[in-house]
Amino acid sequence: MTQEDLTILDPKMTAHGVNVFYGEKQAINNVSIDVGTDLVTAFIGPSGCGKSTFLRSLNRMNDTVAGAKVTGEIKLDGEDIYAPSMDVVQLRARVGMVFQKPNPFPKSIYDNVAYGPRIHGLAPQKADLDGIVEKALTRAGLWDEVKDRLQESGTALSGGQQQRLCIARAIAVDPEVVLMDEPCSALDPIATAKIEELIHELRGKFAIVIVTHNMQQAARVSQRTAFFHLGTLVEYGKTTDIFTNPRQERTKDYITGRYG
Amino acid sequence: MTFNAAALLLLIAGLALIGWLAGRARSAMLAGAAGKKLHSRPQYHGWYVALWLFAPAALFLGLWSAVSPGLITNEVLASEAAKDLPAFGFERGAILSDARNVALGNQDKVRIPAAAPLVTPYSDASHKYGWIGIAAMLALALAGGLYAYTRIQPDFRARSRVENIVMLLLLLASLVAILTTFGIVLSLLFESIRFFQLVSPAELLFGTNWAPTSGAPQPDTFGGIPLFWGTVLIGAIIAMIVAIPIGMMSAVYLTQYANPRVRRWVKPCLEILAGVPTVVYGYFAALTVAPALRNFAVAIGIPNASTESALAAGIVMGVMIIPFVSSMADDSINAVPQAMRDGSLALGATPNETIRQVLIPAALPGVMGGILLAVSRAIGETMIVVMAAGLSANMTANPFASVTTVTAQIVKLLTGDQEFDSAKTLAAFALGLVLFVVTLLLNIVALRIVKKYREAYE
Repeated sequence: MTQEDLTILDPKMTAHGVNVFYGEKQAINNVSIDVGTDLVTAFIGPSGCGKSTFLRSLNRMNDTVAGAKVTGEIKLDGEDIYAPSMDVVQLRARVGMVFQKPNPFPKSIYDNVAYGPRIHGLAPQKADLDGIVEKALTRAGLWDEVKDRLQESGTALSGGQQQRLCIARAIAVDPEVVLMDEPCSALDPIATAKIEELIHELRGKFAIVIVTHNMQQAARVSQRTAFFHLGTLVEYGKTTDIFTNPRQERTKDYITGRYG
Repeated sequence: MTFNAAALLLLIAGLALIGWLAGRARSAMLAGAAGKKLHSRPQYHGWYVALWLFAPAALFLGLWSAVSPGLITNEVLASEAAKDLPAFGFERGAILSDARNVALGNQDKVRIPAAAPLVTPYSDASHKYGWIGIAAMLALALAGGLYAYTRIQPDFRARSRVENIVMLLLLLASLVAILTTFGIVLSLLFESIRFFQLVSPAELLFGTNWAPTSGAPQPDTFGGIPLFWGTVLIGAIIAMIVAIPIGMMSAVYLTQYANPRVRRWVKPCLEILAGVPTVVYGYFAALTVAPALRNFAVAIGIPNASTESALAAGIVMGVMIIPFVSSMADDSINAVPQAMRDGSLALGATPNETIRQVLIPAALPGVMGGILLAVSRAIGETMIVVMAAGLSANMTANPFASVTTVTAQIVKLLTGDQEFDSAKTLAAFALGLVLFVVTLLLNIVALRIVKKYREAYE
């Protein structure tokens, strides 16, 4: 694989020679990738190709899976996130995550967003917390819809609103990177469009990595696209290049719908 | 000839076997003769005949065993020799049972002279009803068997019929349990009504003085409040103070921290606690925990410390229900979706914060349901309180003092000599009814909570 045209000047995260094992099974094989600070990076590929697994190793969520092991090097701002000195709690505050299915806590909308700031002690005063919650909800495009019912349960919102609530929850701790694991796969087209719009607006504020099995979505929201297949990174490049002029036969087959 | 149910059951089982063989053979033969394929395999035809032969006869046998003693007694009472019997009471019962024992050959000769003239009518009547029963049963068996046998045809749907009959039998089996419970409840209810004719319900439910055997100078009083208080103090307060935190913490450890190897060992060990007979807990409470607590209480100068204390019974009862609380909490925590946990961890929460702020609140309804079920078990628990809590009906908040519970008083009221028409004995039924109603309500509420909570995550 060649990467010469990849000019990411200030990578936020760099991965080099990463392997992920689940027990005996190797899910990710020698993947190297740079994630740009001001870019949206999309991971695409057929089901089971390892794109979600790789995403979860970027904030060490794989630590919670029994038998999972990561080798190789992943750095955040030049700092090895798998080094013993790295505090995983700090790491996850800096690298937030939004999941495939909206997973608001069974708490009020306000408490959902305030959860992260509270556990990290970001808001000493109630007024500060109110400000953080409002800002996060505004950024997630949800403020106008929920500002009059912040004390209602987060689980009572619609699916799309729940997912935006989860995004608000993730950005409330002011992370540097936001990982999104197929954030629209459980949503209808209108809710999906809203999330995509939101990703556009968040670009530049956070480095965003999105896993999607929807190639149109990758083309719409991202500037860089990585194509995974069978646990390896087949091709990584500018989104326009990947979709209009793929260099690898497998990439071309996938984006033209030959398999996947 | 007397009516021996076991032998008769064997007899119709033998007939059913013959019916099975005959039905199977006939179906095969008919199919062969007509050159047609059987709808059901031959053994289903066999089972069809056997079931028709056995089931009605067996049901009749059960019914007749229950009814015939009454019929026999009626016949004896109607006879000339029964005219001199005392009208009612123990004497009459004793004479009748004496005569019955001689008539059935259980004893050689009458012990009460008045029973002697009744022996012959008794044995006549039991012969008569014995034969009637046997004849009717055999007739039923043969009629059933023949009916089924004549219906066998190659295209007869014996398999579906057999399935239906089996389903009916299973339904009957499940009805037995329900009807028995229903009968018990009814008997509780009737005896309680008799009690409430003697003592007003208000006195039992709101009276504060429990002295059912105070003797002649003072009238008996049946104020249940001290018992209810003792039950609540032991079962719902002390036992829960022990069981809830320990059960919850062990559930959290087992679900969130323990590696699978530890879990594989610790969980069964915890469940073994639930299998220890309550009487063992009882003497552990009475002989080990209670004296230790009393010495401790005396040492720190608490008044009224007794060797039978609410605290001893409550603590041991709490230990007894730890596995119960723990396994309910375990289930509820496991039912919280992994996504919830991931969501919290991904925000940089520690496992501890995740458990306290997300998992336990999310699991709380289920845990509450489990706790209510545990309370309903604790207040119905008898052995531990009988042995360790004492029998004096005190209204005290001092856990080192002796208190008594509803169950312990029921045991006290129903053991030893008793008459079944005194308020003292009937009070046991009324207390039982109160206990039953309370635990029933607790169970209903708990199961509703648990069910509602399960639905929320599906």
